[in-house]
Amino acid sequence: MLDMTPKEIIEKRHITINPCKTCEPVGAMFCALGVESCMPHSHGSQGCCSYHRTVLSRHFKEPAMASSSSFTEGSSVFGGRSNLNTSAKNIFDLYDPDIIAIHTTCLSETIGDDVGSYISDMEIPDGKTVLYASTPSYEGSHIQGFSNMMIGFMKYMTKNTDKKSGKIAIFPGWVNPGDDGELKRIAELMGVDYTYFPDHEGILETPMTGKYKYFPKGAGTSAKDIQELGAVKKLIALGQLTSVESAQYMEKQHKVPFTLLPSPIGVSLTDKYVMALRDISKQEIPQSLEYERGRLVDLMLDSHAYTYNKTAAIYGDPDVVYGFTSLCIEMGITPKYVITGTPKEDFVRQIKALFEEHGMDTEKSVIKADTDLFYLHQLIKNESVDILIGSSYGKQIAKAEDIPIVRMGFPVLDRYGDTIQATVGYAGGIRYVEKITNVLMDRQDADSSDEDFDVVM
Amino acid sequence: MKERDNLLEKYSSRVFKNRRTHITQLEGDSDTIAANTRAIPGILTARGCCYAGCKGVVVGPIKDAVTITHGPIGCAFYSWGTRRNKAKPSYKGEQNFIPYSFCTDMRPTDIVFGGEKKLEQGIDEIMEMFNPKCIFICSTCPIGLIGDDVQAVARRVEKKYGITAVGFSCEGYKGVSQSAGHHIANNGLMRQIIGSGDIKPKGKYSVNILGEYNIGGDGWEQERILKKIGYEVVSVFTGDGSYETIKNAHLADLNLVMCHRSINYVAQMMKTKYGIDWLKVNFIGIGATCKSLRMMAEYFNDPKLTKRTEEVIAEELEAISDDVEHYKSMLKGKTAGIFVGGSRSHHYQALLRDFGVETIIAGYEFAHRDDYEGRDIIPSIKPDADSKNIEEITVSPDEELYRERYSAEQIEQLKEKGVELDTYDGMFPDMKKGYIVVDDYNVFETDELIKTMKPDIFFSGIKDKYAIQKSGVVSRQMHSYDYSGPYAGFNGAVIFGRDVAMSIYTNAWALITPPWKSTPILEGTVGGEK
Repeated sequence: MLDMTPKEIIEKRHITINPCKTCEPVGAMFCALGVESCMPHSHGSQGCCSYHRTVLSRHFKEPAMASSSSFTEGSSVFGGRSNLNTSAKNIFDLYDPDIIAIHTTCLSETIGDDVGSYISDMEIPDGKTVLYASTPSYEGSHIQGFSNMMIGFMKYMTKNTDKKSGKIAIFPGWVNPGDDGELKRIAELMGVDYTYFPDHEGILETPMTGKYKYFPKGAGTSAKDIQELGAVKKLIALGQLTSVESAQYMEKQHKVPFTLLPSPIGVSLTDKYVMALRDISKQEIPQSLEYERGRLVDLMLDSHAYTYNKTAAIYGDPDVVYGFTSLCIEMGITPKYVITGTPKEDFVRQIKALFEEHGMDTEKSVIKADTDLFYLHQLIKNESVDILIGSSYGKQIAKAEDIPIVRMGFPVLDRYGDTIQATVGYAGGIRYVEKITNVLMDRQDADSSDEDFDVVM
Repeated sequence: MKERDNLLEKYSSRVFKNRRTHITQLEGDSDTIAANTRAIPGILTARGCCYAGCKGVVVGPIKDAVTITHGPIGCAFYSWGTRRNKAKPSYKGEQNFIPYSFCTDMRPTDIVFGGEKKLEQGIDEIMEMFNPKCIFICSTCPIGLIGDDVQAVARRVEKKYGITAVGFSCEGYKGVSQSAGHHIANNGLMRQIIGSGDIKPKGKYSVNILGEYNIGGDGWEQERILKKIGYEVVSVFTGDGSYETIKNAHLADLNLVMCHRSINYVAQMMKTKYGIDWLKVNFIGIGATCKSLRMMAEYFNDPKLTKRTEEVIAEELEAISDDVEHYKSMLKGKTAGIFVGGSRSHHYQALLRDFGVETIIAGYEFAHRDDYEGRDIIPSIKPDADSKNIEEITVSPDEELYRERYSAEQIEQLKEKGVELDTYDGMFPDMKKGYIVVDDYNVFETDELIKTMKPDIFFSGIKDKYAIQKSGVVSRQMHSYDYSGPYAGFNGAVIFGRDVAMSIYTNAWALITPPWKSTPILEGTVGGEK
């Protein structure tokens, strides 16, 4: 596996090899799937839509409905207006969503299609909404596309108001449906009245009933909730890089103050989320939640002997990598390589700050944004780690270098049941402490001689 | 025809006009279908793009070449390790780049100022790190628009490093589906690779397998059988294929064509340029495999080879017969729907029939009319604006290497004996009256046809899989084999039978309806208790 990878590193490469990110449009598509009765629409060649639906279905093991403008050479020359108009007609006729959420692609961006004006000239059936976000694939990464699409929804739908409701808004960032359930559960336990946007629970996680619906009723953030986002008294935005721009937008456009927090992964980052909710509800932390926290800490202490001073390579999207870096530090694991493909230098600053909070030496680790898994592999070839934590693509490195891997983030293409369970919250912490400890213990078993092999550990 | 009409009447008049020509409920001899035309925007077509056909299907599987995706990161990411074109080094030290994804990862400045320089710098780094013998450059959407000349870059690379480099202008918007990408890839391979080697086959009878992508190891099962009979496989296009072997493909005796859609251009051009006949084979299905092997033996017309062919067939059938009977007993009488790319929807009908399963719905994503109706109708296909944009290259007989294997008359004689030489009859003749054929199927149609035709099992791709399964119909992926396989040849047939039986009979199907849906709450007392 990966036999061609040389040990010697070319520091400033011009060719990306084995990427650790993908393009903006898939983030926009994913975001739009989290809105009730919404068809994500890809304004570009058919291939974009096909690839995005494919990777989303492979990650969630669920249908991912989305449509395409099906550009041809002609539309690339003359513009995609008529393709978009035809698309909207057909989507409303055949699939009947309430909203079409268009995102652009590198194709429609490069030719300069003015999707905003296409929409304003479009005949839209009563009660239906067509909106768009600009997601040029050559900028940022998929998490930027997710963020741009959120702002797209708000630009078109959220009303400005001076009347504040008693509600808060929660922006979860890029998480799985299992996380949506967990984040909402915690908010409910904390007694806050919230709007949650976007929400994939019940859409990219649906029960088997023998009946398939394109747009499950009552699942996803409702149009009404998005319209009324401007009236919330406060926003809790999770995911420092995925949600920062949508939070800033809420503040600027709708004067909604926000608290931007890391994705609540592990003990202390979940604590931050719980504390932020407490600031709003002014309510004591329920016994049950404190009990969960205690169980997670108890588990960490019970298992610390198998995790302490181990080294990890953590790779993936900035916010989830930040969360797992924090979780690893709590478990006594040294994050030796902390890597994202997303080109955001803030990531490096944030991870370094996290290291410093814990009195750790940033010089002993490689913390890098805008890089790829080929580089990570080369680092490992030079100095190995005890565990890999990240997307399924790391399993190539895991196999090549015989290192255990725990999957998290996006995409996880080779596990079932993963995305319907939580990564965030104390419950997600318990799940991942168990996973990480298990693979390290399995490795110890596999490596030990018969006389050193312990039944009891 | 009821089911077709019921489906079509749900469309608006505009869509109806288009789709009615793409949906046929078979009546007999004179069935026709429209194909290879633009998909309707917004209809949820299953189609992908030109890049997917070129890089994803044809070029990507060539293991010893570095394939660079020139464009922003997405396309390189989605085509990385996502088709199951298996490959392994053929000898110690052979380079295998299949687990890798190479991309120029273009940024806004590259879009504005052009990406050629970055591409060339990237290639310098690739040469430094890997020193491959061959580099492919596959363009994605923005490349043609900003005017990067990947062919010029390829020429400069060839000059600078003395390697083979091929630029493919396979921007996603070209053509109407993946099919345009197949054609562009075929042209590049023909122009720059096929014919550039001089290693002659050693065996008495040598073949290339064209249009076999080794999904789930299908190509390996085919090679196993062919080698057992005594054939030499010179090259495979392109599953587990290599630049080094494809170079010598023109020195083989016969081309076997598996996926007609994606590779027929190479087959035709090699016939014109080198005189190599092509034989439409199908190694999917037990009966189909036997038939293909017998046609090959007939072609070479050597009693020893014929005898050996029959021996191998007998041996192989004997080895799998118990398993086949077992799975047939579980599957007989079931009906299937199958929507795949441009060949499998036909090929798999043969295999399903081996297990007593009838395919009542079939459709292609990106086929042309000849894939449905047979190559005889090709002269009557009028090229439209989209297909005219795809370059058609013409080749002429090679002065040194052209060698006619059989005269035109002999070929006619062979054809009369049932050897499907230089031709393909398409899918229609193998389907029965009343069955539905859909070109460029979409989500809505899949949904409707499942409701009206009620197949027991549906074979399709990942985009459809879970929607079909959630509607209560067994759903298996025919692009990835749900990570199983091989399904080709004799051993593959057994694995296929096992997998289909597994999916139909898996225990969880019985658990969908909870007991409280059918059992009322009991009221009152139990056993006279008070």
